[in-house]
Amino acid sequence: MNINNIKKQFPIFNNKVQNNDLVYLDSANSSQKPQVVVDRIYDFYTKEFSNVGRSVHYLAVAATNLYENTRVLVQKYINAKDPNEIVFTKGATEAINLVANTFGQKFLEEGDEILLTELEHHSNYVPWHYLRKSKGVKIKFAEFNSDGEVTLESIEKNITPKTKIIAITHLSNVTGAILPIKEITRLAHSKNIPVLVDGCQGAPHLKLDMQDIGCDFYAISCHKMYGPTGLGILYAKKKWLEVLPPYQGGGGMIREVKKEGITFGDLPNKYEAGTMATAQVIAFGESIKFLNKIGIENIEKHENELTKYGEEILRKNNSVKLIGSPKDKGSVLSFTLDGVHAHDIATILDEDGVAIRAGHHCCQILHDKLGLSATARASLGVYNTKDDLDKLNESLNKCKKIFEG
Amino acid sequence: MDLKDLYQEIILDHGKNPRNLKKSDNFNKDAKGHNPLCGDKVHIYLKVDENNKISDIAFEGSGCAISMASASIMTDLMKEKKEIEVKELVDDFLEMIKQNPELKSKILGENEKTKLMSLSGVKKYPMRVKCATMAWHTLTAAMKNANEETNTDKFE
Repeated sequence: MNINNIKKQFPIFNNKVQNNDLVYLDSANSSQKPQVVVDRIYDFYTKEFSNVGRSVHYLAVAATNLYENTRVLVQKYINAKDPNEIVFTKGATEAINLVANTFGQKFLEEGDEILLTELEHHSNYVPWHYLRKSKGVKIKFAEFNSDGEVTLESIEKNITPKTKIIAITHLSNVTGAILPIKEITRLAHSKNIPVLVDGCQGAPHLKLDMQDIGCDFYAISCHKMYGPTGLGILYAKKKWLEVLPPYQGGGGMIREVKKEGITFGDLPNKYEAGTMATAQVIAFGESIKFLNKIGIENIEKHENELTKYGEEILRKNNSVKLIGSPKDKGSVLSFTLDGVHAHDIATILDEDGVAIRAGHHCCQILHDKLGLSATARASLGVYNTKDDLDKLNESLNKCKKIFEG
Repeated sequence: MDLKDLYQEIILDHGKNPRNLKKSDNFNKDAKGHNPLCGDKVHIYLKVDENNKISDIAFEGSGCAISMASASIMTDLMKEKKEIEVKELVDDFLEMIKQNPELKSKILGENEKTKLMSLSGVKKYPMRVKCATMAWHTLTAAMKNANEETNTDKFE
């Protein structure tokens, strides 16, 4: 695969950012968009726009078909059994809220336990937190080890007869650890516990096969996957979507509405109340085609090579300390730099056009445990090159120079 | 933009070796500040005497060079200032950080003014303004002895 040709497909790199070539190392936060995705949004609004699923006129029918086409593309991409197991949401956050809320309502009682990990992004903790108050549930956190990994043993240790659901990240957005989600799911299912996987970081970088993983729920953030913002996906096994109550009420999700009562629509309509992010869904179909064209295996290989290279040069830089060293690692490089706070690093790097993230990356529990208020994070996407990582290292040396005088 | 405007020598010095960074054991007013966006924290301790004058000031906290330097310089300047002067200086500083080209207050001497003006480079970095202002908002809260933590998200 030719990275230069791939990079050319991303219009953002055609422009200078503050007179610099953009070195974009913030893909774990959000990825850049290929031209085909941007064009698809423009074309839909200029030539094909209509609301979906309501009217019978030509444009409405065509838009509905386009919208449903993406559902099928996603189903095939993640190897779900049925397109109705794909629910569009406003983001992965809403996907997790949907499960926490409806599963909590239906199945959780006082004293029940929800098992998370210390690696979780706030979006896979805060939605469950509400159930402490409304249902009196307990939340437990499986610990990460000194390499920044959560092992199967750490999960097993925390399962009790009260554990009712396990919600874990696929790939840590700070340490980069890839969790053994297949093994965790096997273990959980042997004890009749369903598993939700927060796939925000997994989906853009790893091959997804829901039949192989076997999890009950998988949340995806489309904007991290070369797609538009305002869109997420909840994969859920049909058996769950059929028994869980609706999440939001509104148009499109009902069958019959009477003064005396309401019946709800079939899947997937039951979970898609109101006008959905139509243009984004249709454009996301192009993101899936883009990924298919390159091949996720090729992306994984490319990103693995880059991650190894990044670790190598940062380890050689004596002032840099990498956060976590998991054996199975995604394309995330979190670090601290001696004597320079992460926010100062980010500001100085920005002057060179190097875009990274600084802060707690929505993982305060992890940072508290490490005793750090903030870290810097460089994260990779399909368009990155070794040159980008060299520029990162050069700019880090500049930080040192400024601070050491 | 020039990084030298932001990271002036005086800021790097105060950032690395913050003055008055300790827990005061002799305080009668205090307040905590927190920037939830980046995790920066500051706790300001004041000893305010019967004439409403700050006789002692110290802070604890952690954060970036800008926030530490700002708290360090601020605590240096506020010693022996009366409540009314504190208010004037805080307002003057916040206006300078947001828009004014320089400080207007006549309270400070030239050296002190130069020191404080070193933080004016932050103006060009909107994402960093809160780093510089957190300690100042927290000082205002401490003067009122606010028990509630001052949160930068509540600032303008």
